[in-house]
Amino acid sequence: MHRVLGDRRAVAILLGPALLVYTLVMLVPIGWSLGYSFTKGNSITGFSWAGLANFQRLADDPAVHDALWFTVKYAAVVTVGQVAAGYALALLYTFYLKKASALVRTLVFFPVVLPTVAVGLLFQKLFQVAPQTGPVNSLLELVGLHSVDWFGSAGSSFWVLILMDVWRSMGFYAVLLFAGLVDIPDEVLESARLDGASGLRLIRHIVLPLSFPVLMSSAIFSINGTLKVFDSIVALTNGGPGNGTTPLTLSMFQTSFTYGEYGYGSTIAVLLTVLCLLVTLVVFRVSRRDLTKG
Amino acid sequence: MTINPTRTGRTRLVGFTAAAAAVVLLATACGSSGTGASASPKNFDYLSVTENTTIKKTLTTLSTTSCTDQNKALPLKVDTVPQSGLDQKLQLLAGQNALPVQFAAGNAPALTTQLFGAGNVANLEDELTKLGVFDQLQPAAVSTIKALYQNKLAVLPYEYNIEGIFYNKKVFEANGISVPKTWDELVAAAAKLQGAGVQPFAASGQQGWPLTRMVSGYLYRSLGPGAMSAIANGTAKLTDPEYVKAAQQVAELGKKGYFGQGVGSIDYDTAMNQFLGGKAAMFYMGSWALANIADAKQDTLGAENVGFMPFPAVAGGKGSIDQYPSNVGLPVAVNAKSFDAKTGDWVKCIAQNYGSVALKDQGTISGFKVNTPVDNANAVTGQIRDTIGASKESVLWFEALFSTKATTVSQQNAAPLATGAISPEKFMQLVQDALAQ
Repeated sequence: MHRVLGDRRAVAILLGPALLVYTLVMLVPIGWSLGYSFTKGNSITGFSWAGLANFQRLADDPAVHDALWFTVKYAAVVTVGQVAAGYALALLYTFYLKKASALVRTLVFFPVVLPTVAVGLLFQKLFQVAPQTGPVNSLLELVGLHSVDWFGSAGSSFWVLILMDVWRSMGFYAVLLFAGLVDIPDEVLESARLDGASGLRLIRHIVLPLSFPVLMSSAIFSINGTLKVFDSIVALTNGGPGNGTTPLTLSMFQTSFTYGEYGYGSTIAVLLTVLCLLVTLVVFRVSRRDLTKG
Repeated sequence: MTINPTRTGRTRLVGFTAAAAAVVLLATACGSSGTGASASPKNFDYLSVTENTTIKKTLTTLSTTSCTDQNKALPLKVDTVPQSGLDQKLQLLAGQNALPVQFAAGNAPALTTQLFGAGNVANLEDELTKLGVFDQLQPAAVSTIKALYQNKLAVLPYEYNIEGIFYNKKVFEANGISVPKTWDELVAAAAKLQGAGVQPFAASGQQGWPLTRMVSGYLYRSLGPGAMSAIANGTAKLTDPEYVKAAQQVAELGKKGYFGQGVGSIDYDTAMNQFLGGKAAMFYMGSWALANIADAKQDTLGAENVGFMPFPAVAGGKGSIDQYPSNVGLPVAVNAKSFDAKTGDWVKCIAQNYGSVALKDQGTISGFKVNTPVDNANAVTGQIRDTIGASKESVLWFEALFSTKATTVSQQNAAPLATGAISPEKFMQLVQDALAQ
């Protein structure tokens, strides 16, 4: 093994293709995008040098500030929701349903395999008020309340989005965390029980610390996915009403491809990249510290 | 075996990486030049929007009737995208030099003007003159197009429309409402209808423009025909109190529930169905809706029960009720880079025959002359044809001179304006900010 890894030609042959593909599909576009962020124009009119103008505009643009705030808020709430719901389900599978959990696991996992657009349409229909009254509003009317125009304001649209994305992905996190929970040795749990730990105390002092690494992995997955959310929002609200549910990704897409401002769109992409990088670094730092403790 | 990190090895690796990168760069460069439609096209490709079926149907009819020879030489091929995705598609295609022979122009005239400037859009005044069919265009349609596209005939007038309010005659009669002549009468009629349990207006908040058209309607009636030109040339701002007032008036209609529940979720087809199904009494729309009105399958109301009124006057306003916003519906541009003899033959045949076929088969009015006399499909079609004939001055709709961004911002925020989610001041501020960028 040492001979192979010490052989630079072998290393080049083994790593080269992957490194090359990674460079071409990841690093080159990032560099390219960074380059575009110093220009203005589009593919129709051509590009010209704009210096730091796009970055100055980014700092003053209220639409981008709104999109940044929405992205952070959405990522935080969905991550907490996804991981918490997934963890609760995983605990249910492990400690309550036990071997009978296969059917429930399959049912809860089912939305994960559905196309996002289909889920978006499903939730649109569930919460619609016009032209037909959707099931949620019918239920409200049944209990004597008024129908709500869920997609009429940014606040209610946000919560429908959260509900949809948590419902859609909790099955995935449940399975991921379940794999972590079943790894906890039975003897450890048994001895804790003998020592008098049960219920919440058992979870808090034994289960949670032992499943912490997989919980952190889930959080990293979730944060990175939600910061880059695009398809589910386009399918459900298309960023509306107004720009009330527009994340940075959609703002970047509209700026580049609808408004034809490729340079400024790239600057928003740079902001998103930096945000993802910062969040990932923070999460890694937190997880590394806790891993050494564990 | 170990190999020292020799200079040769490093150079080889660097060289290999550089060569691979160069290949990819070349491939990307090839992608951007594309094969596209810049050479002689194989088909008479037409990129349309899903929402518009009129032009597609008429062109298909022409391909099997008057223009069969042209169709044999260059077969018609229609492709569609949703209107909301049109601008993106056009920009991407233009960037790759792959625009089809004919394409629906962007949602804002600004994009087509940009394409025209980059040599992607044919100057149809020159082309039609060369083909000897420039006289087949209605002068009113030509002047409307030139007003929108910086004095260039950049698109074909497959539709020529005026806009106003369609109303349900039966419902008006049943509630003792006469056709409103002023804004106050319109609001009073809406209140009466709402009281009688009839939804006063059908409108698509998802599209947004049917709502912003009411804002501009109020503006050109209160401030005169130059209301929107003043915004374009910077002599007025949308945040000026007299402009905000117009948004306020439309917001009031929404606040009182005159657009029905969930206006933001209503798409174009649903709004049309609401009106033609008798569920709403009034519908602000362009005369392209005549195609739907003439279609008995869609129009359960019956064309004889549909009336058309101009946007009402505003008391003390500078505008006149006989000034109509006019447009060319879904404007269609022709690719300059693929305009060859066969395309020319098609365009010539269209110019000579489109007007009659569209009116006869679809009941719609185009900007082409009607060379074969056609009876009006119904009374409202006749009324609108007469109105177009008598109209002396046209006014601009809200987004007519806006950039693509300001158009999108305006249309996206129309529903929140009508539902009260944002204030009229905020709405105008958002659009003004988008215009300033």
